[in-house]
Amino acid sequence: MLQQAFNGLVGGAFYALLALGLSVIFGMLGVVNLAHGAFYMLGAFGAFIALDAFGLNFWIALLLVPPLLGVAGIVLERLFIRRLTPLDPLYNFLFTFGLALILQDLVKREYGVSSQPYPRPQELDGTVDLGLFTYPAYQVFVLAVSVLMCVAVWLVLTRTRVGMIVRAATERPELTRGLGIDVGRWVTPVFGFGIALAAFAGVLAAPMRAVNPLMGADLIITVFAVVVIGGLGSVFGSVAAGFAVGLVSALGNLYVPALSQILVFILMAVVLLWRPAGLFGREEAFR
Amino acid sequence: MRVTGWGGCLAATGLLLAGCGGGPGGGDEKISDGKVVLAVLNDQSGIYADTSGRQTIEAVKMAVTDFQAKYGDKAASKTIEVKDADHQNKPEIANSKAQELYDRQQADVILDVPTSSAAFAVATIAKNKKKVFIDVGAASTELEGKQCNKYTFHYGYNSYMLAHGTGAEVTKDGSKNWYIVYPDYAFGQDMQKTFSAAIKEAGGTVVASDPTPFPNDNFSTFLLKAPNLDPKPQVIGTMQAGGDLVNLVKQYNEYKLRDKGVGLAVGLLALSDIHSLGSDALAGTRYTDMWYWNADEKSRAWADKFHAKTGKRPTANMAANYSAALQYLEAVQRGGTDNSDEVVKQLEGHKIEDMFARNATIRAQDHLLLHDAYLSEVKPSSEVKEPYDYVKVLKTIPASEAFQPRPDPACRL
Repeated sequence: MLQQAFNGLVGGAFYALLALGLSVIFGMLGVVNLAHGAFYMLGAFGAFIALDAFGLNFWIALLLVPPLLGVAGIVLERLFIRRLTPLDPLYNFLFTFGLALILQDLVKREYGVSSQPYPRPQELDGTVDLGLFTYPAYQVFVLAVSVLMCVAVWLVLTRTRVGMIVRAATERPELTRGLGIDVGRWVTPVFGFGIALAAFAGVLAAPMRAVNPLMGADLIITVFAVVVIGGLGSVFGSVAAGFAVGLVSALGNLYVPALSQILVFILMAVVLLWRPAGLFGREEAFR
Repeated sequence: MRVTGWGGCLAATGLLLAGCGGGPGGGDEKISDGKVVLAVLNDQSGIYADTSGRQTIEAVKMAVTDFQAKYGDKAASKTIEVKDADHQNKPEIANSKAQELYDRQQADVILDVPTSSAAFAVATIAKNKKKVFIDVGAASTELEGKQCNKYTFHYGYNSYMLAHGTGAEVTKDGSKNWYIVYPDYAFGQDMQKTFSAAIKEAGGTVVASDPTPFPNDNFSTFLLKAPNLDPKPQVIGTMQAGGDLVNLVKQYNEYKLRDKGVGLAVGLLALSDIHSLGSDALAGTRYTDMWYWNADEKSRAWADKFHAKTGKRPTANMAANYSAALQYLEAVQRGGTDNSDEVVKQLEGHKIEDMFARNATIRAQDHLLLHDAYLSEVKPSSEVKEPYDYVKVLKTIPASEAFQPRPDPACRL
């Protein structure tokens, strides 16, 4: 039982990292980034390519791939997303959706639909004794790193001036602008950072999950549910909801396997009925 | 000839349409449209694109080349064309593509068609249009059961072969207690049923079986549960395919279940899956296959030709399509015509021996190809001598035991 709960948290770590990026991007740009899953997939493929073509191991990939894709995100924001933001939100919706399909198909064209081999880093091949039970070292590592990452982001957001601006702009962009802060200046780096987080999750996923062009598309639907449960635009909400959804789906698989396919969405429906803005969202955002 | 044939069709629409849609285009020519057209209809962009997909078209083209080399000027048809279409695993697309291939592309036979629901759609079209359909890619036994018809053949493998090969053999080998996990859609549910039946028949027990979400990337719940079941299962039978299978096996290895005495058996495993995981991740895993490229010299020789052409090693599915295309052409040659009724007559009950189908017969009552199947085991990387050489064949399951012993009474051709 405890072991199952722990396993749910590991699954939730991926949701949290992805939801965090989505949430910051949505708050700051008002863009629902449908290409987020594709960048998660590119992160995993980045790790695979680094190993396969350049012989760079997991640790180097973990440091290298997210910033690289973050830069790609920045270029993307500068070239396309920026131009579409003043228009109807549907334009960016369609753009990022189309982009996700194009990225998936380009990878498919190059590598096929089968999964690519990626080994676990040797240092984390064993198991760890956690007192009550033993657990695969790599999964413990994933959980620890994700939690650290979320805490680090949280600290940056709450303790620094940059964070304060981003947070203010995320939660009330108009008001922040009204206070004379140049929100626009922070939009591009925040977008890049959100993409880098997705890529980071992708690299983490490579050793324990199937690395194939559709890995992001399959996952992102759940992540959207997570963001909605947590409250659109709420940074803390998306992280909390990420871990909560991981927990719920693990226990759901255990006790009611027949429902596991839809459990997350039932949860989402219930939360929305009870709190239409999500667990940590604010109602006025929707007025 | 063709033009007048069509003219006649249009003039007598209501009365004669059925007659015109079928056999050789309205005239008395032996080969309709003056050519034989083989059409490959399969998944060229989705999850089965690497197990069959575009490479299968190459395999079918090889069959045409080999056929022409064998008969030269004596070939029943001078012109043989290969066409293809992508059905994206969707029955409605398979339906419209099959009609287009038969009607407008003048296809005489459709080959492959993975995904059972899509195969059923094509079988119905083949029946209505009286055109030959040889399915390779789909697993459902209903193709030779409820859904069977005079013009449809099932060539290569089915869920019975997979379940009885792996389920029965592994149980007889001492792994009596099974825990089955299967994806919650038609294929998975069908496999779960056939496996459970085969395991019980062989004297084993299915301790538990759980449906999993599809697609799914986190199987830890099920894997953690496995060793704690009572009685403890000796083997997990997974019916997952493609990316889901890769996820499950990666996580199976992380939890080191093999060290805890819980083995792994896979329902449907393709060469491309083993390549994705690396053979060490699956070493010792048993499964049943319809063919393996490096099993003997005959298959090896063909695999070498395929490799020279594509740079890859063929999956069993590609080899089966080669064989199906070749045997179709041979049937046209024997009958001297591509008229569907005559081809069906030539194929029914025919004995086949080629690089893919060994000791094989096409059973006349249900159009199922009976041939030898192979209980196989994935080798550890220390025994892998060359790329894609991942498997050793443990045992040949003779054609008489590999498939359903009797035709399904639900099938009326």
